[in-house]
Amino acid sequence: MSLYMAVKLNSMKNLVILGAGTAGTMMANHLVKKLSNKEWQITIVDQYKTHYYQPGFLFLPFDIYTEDQVKKDGKKFIPKGVNYIQKKIELISPDANKVTLENDETLNYDILIVATGSKIAPDEIEGMDGPEWRKNIFDFYTYEGAKALRDKLREWEGGKLVVHITEMPIKCPVAPLEFAFLADSYFKNKGMRDKVDITYVTPLDGAFTKPKATKALHHLLEEKRISEVTSFNIERVDYENNKIIDYADTEVDYDLLVTVPTNMGDELIERSGMGDDLNFIPTDKNTLQSKAYENVFVIGDATNLPTSKAGSVAHFEAEILEENILKYINGEPLDASFDGHANCFVETGNGKALLIDFNYEHEPVEGTFPIAGLGPMQLLKENRMNHMGKLAFRWVYWNMLLKGVPIPFVSANMSTKGKKLETATV
Amino acid sequence: MKKLIANREIDINEEGYLVDFKQWDREICECIAGECNVVMTEKHWEVVEYLQDKHHKEEPLSIRGIKKSGVINIKEFYNLFPGGPLKVSTKIAGIPKPKSCI
Repeated sequence: MSLYMAVKLNSMKNLVILGAGTAGTMMANHLVKKLSNKEWQITIVDQYKTHYYQPGFLFLPFDIYTEDQVKKDGKKFIPKGVNYIQKKIELISPDANKVTLENDETLNYDILIVATGSKIAPDEIEGMDGPEWRKNIFDFYTYEGAKALRDKLREWEGGKLVVHITEMPIKCPVAPLEFAFLADSYFKNKGMRDKVDITYVTPLDGAFTKPKATKALHHLLEEKRISEVTSFNIERVDYENNKIIDYADTEVDYDLLVTVPTNMGDELIERSGMGDDLNFIPTDKNTLQSKAYENVFVIGDATNLPTSKAGSVAHFEAEILEENILKYINGEPLDASFDGHANCFVETGNGKALLIDFNYEHEPVEGTFPIAGLGPMQLLKENRMNHMGKLAFRWVYWNMLLKGVPIPFVSANMSTKGKKLETATV
Repeated sequence: MKKLIANREIDINEEGYLVDFKQWDREICECIAGECNVVMTEKHWEVVEYLQDKHHKEEPLSIRGIKKSGVINIKEFYNLFPGGPLKVSTKIAGIPKPKSCI
């Protein structure tokens, strides 16, 4: 190595991204275009080779999507010029600006972006992860779980189906409702809806956390003859007697339990002492800077932000975070501000969906999206166009979103145009 | 809106939660507890103080947090504040109803 090369390498700065899921991959794509490759080496680390289209896990159990439609080789989405390391991350040492990988390999960083996501922790509840796990107790938040559930549903002869949320927050908080709606359609289409009793069990005091959306969704549950059990804080699963039991001793019987287990941040965050009780990292809700370290930023499900854990949120955050990282590098104030914007399609079954758009301040309301007055999609109303939007989104995800290609008409901060905002409350 | 609690005009929201914590004191607390069919005991006060402390530190309240609090276990919590313990206990403590992060 020439002296010149050695000097150049030493003066290179390092930006390290942990996690190559939706948020991490987007950040790599955003930043590689903005940072000079003479000054910055961008590295992304993820031990897994496969990139899953997680929204597709909702459709896999009902044979709407095939296995191949929800997974691709992750490498395809990491841009050229980014150093992609497929190794397990052992530890983050934020005081030393260092990440330790398996086999004691270390990475030093000037800026760290944590995008390690969230995952299910069924072992948090007694009896959930026991002998009946994936026999008559299933999750659909993992590829393996969704696939196992598909196989079960194909041969299931009916009985009591319980769709259950363990505790908040969860990734994609509308997904369990969508599951219940799609189950209703699925069994109707199989000509066996009368053999299936569907109950929706939630720790919240309604179908959703925001009042207007709760009303709309409650109405749909009634229409589809899905019963609701609310304010149910599960204590344990009695897998011998097929019951879930809560702290107030309320019992719900099931033949088939589809649960969303506790969602937690990665164990890496716990090992590194950077998380809260659920291993989510305390993060400034506007700048996305970690509260404890100024050169550590957090994006996607790994944060503790009071908004949905969802791909749309990660997407909006990525645009804000890109700006703030550039400002941080230039020593400017981090004034790009994330407003908590989330945008979710809610599948309601029978080829229809509704759409909700909200942020920290404004709850989901009726209106048109993405173009004020025109739509073509309708907020908080069930229609076919919204469903087509949801299905089309898979293409958008693989071809635009991950690659950081802007999506027309959809902005990072929520637009209030075309919305009926008369009851904007937190 | 206003409501007469312990012969004082207190600001509350539609669900009956205090809007201004400065208006809270033990007398108000006991009156709200009475309306929720709760008779305050030593343990109730301990929980109320814990909740207020968490609230003032802006730490979100959750059943999981209670489990780890060391103040009370969840079974007891349900026994002390029947019918949705977090909702009832925060009302009595004069702090906002916990928002479930979505």
